[in-house]
Amino acid sequence: MIGTGILKGMAVTARNFVGSYFEKDRLITVQYPEERSALPENYRNFPFLIYDTDDAEAGLRCVACKICEKECPPQCIYIVKSEDKKPDYMGKPQFYAKVFDIDISVCMSCQICVEVCPFEAIKMDKVFELSRRERFDALLLRKSDLAKSNTYYHSICPTDAPEVDAKLAQAAAKKKPVPASPAPAGAAPATAATPSATA
Amino acid sequence: MTATIQTLEPVERPPTTMGSRLDGELLEVSMGPQHPSTHGVFRMNVALEGEIVRKLKPVFGYLHRNHEKIGENTSYLGSMPYTDRLDYFCSMTNNWAYALSVEKLAGIVVPERAEYLRVILAELTRLQNHVSLLGFLLNDMGAWGTPLMYAFREREKILDLFESLSGSRMMCDYMRFGGCRCDTPPGWMERAKKVVDVFPRFLDEFEKLIVSNEVVIARTQEVGKLSPELAINAGITGPMLRACGVNYDLRKVDGYGFYPRFKFRVPLGDHGDTYDRLMMRVLEMRESIGILKQAFEQIPAGPVMNPKVKIRAFRPPVGEAYGRIEAPKGELGFYLISDGGTNPYRYRVRPPSFINLTVLEDLCLGHTVADVMVILGSVDIVMGEVDR
Repeated sequence: MIGTGILKGMAVTARNFVGSYFEKDRLITVQYPEERSALPENYRNFPFLIYDTDDAEAGLRCVACKICEKECPPQCIYIVKSEDKKPDYMGKPQFYAKVFDIDISVCMSCQICVEVCPFEAIKMDKVFELSRRERFDALLLRKSDLAKSNTYYHSICPTDAPEVDAKLAQAAAKKKPVPASPAPAGAAPATAATPSATA
Repeated sequence: MTATIQTLEPVERPPTTMGSRLDGELLEVSMGPQHPSTHGVFRMNVALEGEIVRKLKPVFGYLHRNHEKIGENTSYLGSMPYTDRLDYFCSMTNNWAYALSVEKLAGIVVPERAEYLRVILAELTRLQNHVSLLGFLLNDMGAWGTPLMYAFREREKILDLFESLSGSRMMCDYMRFGGCRCDTPPGWMERAKKVVDVFPRFLDEFEKLIVSNEVVIARTQEVGKLSPELAINAGITGPMLRACGVNYDLRKVDGYGFYPRFKFRVPLGDHGDTYDRLMMRVLEMRESIGILKQAFEQIPAGPVMNPKVKIRAFRPPVGEAYGRIEAPKGELGFYLISDGGTNPYRYRVRPPSFINLTVLEDLCLGHTVADVMVILGSVDIVMGEVDR
């Protein structure tokens, strides 16, 4: 009989309507600004730089090797390497990034910078409410905007962060027995093994 | 092959036999690029006789982003996130197709767990693609909102799985040459099983909503018929080809990945009309659920990444490779030529929705304007992939 199909369909909508009051499965809307669903641990948005110790400037793990700048598919990272060396967070003299900018209006959150970084210096942030009144300078994050503490990283990635710390400690322990004093060229192979391990 | 018109000017005016018409001239209408039913920025130049379509010329290119040229100028790894943006509904299958062609090029072996994960993710992608397609199709037919919201409610659950696995809902960027980027977080597999277990209930409901609905039947049956001969000649693939009754599924034909290890059937249509194309999606989803359940049982523990593969400064040997998979929309292939450098010498995408769109005129001739939207919806296009 004509019309039965439509009635059957109406029954489905009725079941969904009534069911939405009783079954959580049928009403999954989260009333966003008031309620927020928890972000998964793997959630990624835009990169940031990690610093150890309390000094956001000297504690940065980044040694301006420019690998992320080179690998970034949309080319949104801009680094100027320093000419001189400064002691890093472990007291070893290292190059540092004089300028480290990420244009997050260009960044496509692909996480490749994180994967290729041999020093665990760049990680993905979870801040997503980033609307700004101005679209050029306000969305160009400078080094000071990007630097965030390791404690912050621990708070957003509670399972990944201890693993990263352990890996770094292991790498540092491996390097220490080498008697040669500051040898950045010799130190490179030990750290270069990390990217394949993270992948 | 299909008879496509090169231009609409001068319009060929068939001699009118109807005296009652004012002048019998064809009316040219430009549908799109901003039209709610064109699924993106797609434009059709339509020549109408009254309400009947007499000519139709698709106009592409509004979303052209130089995808292939960018692929030739970035490293092999750097192209992976760009493939997400091709068919932004199914980033996982895009990743897989690209990874497969690079693996073919460099002869990389993928660990077993990663292969199973890929099958699971591809089938989940197929579920969410087909379910949103059905929602959009009903939306085009005038069932405004309700079926689409039901479909998106289910899709959301799958996107949540993708998010907790890869970090992003749609731009997953999850697969790598030689495996997958990371293993599943704890509890993910159980959540995925739960989503797959409750999916058939939704599918039953959805089927009740559409299968016997008189309006859907009137709008879709005998509308936009595609003959198997034309479909094969025009290179149509995917559910659209199988709706004409041609048994061609790359999961069976190529047996890429671990698909030969799974038991599943390939649903086939009979008439090749819009209704068959619609039902093809429902039936494929049922088969996908079967594959997923088998994969959840069979998946072993182990590494998800081949440790020998270099991520950075990846240089495949000189040669060429074409990797193709059965994406939800059809055959998705990547053709790569390597000259031994870090960038591909040639990077070509064979997009299913672009090639499926070539027969649009043949499907639409003789139908009304309102049917054009339904036929276009049943072709299942995503403009990100058509224009690239």
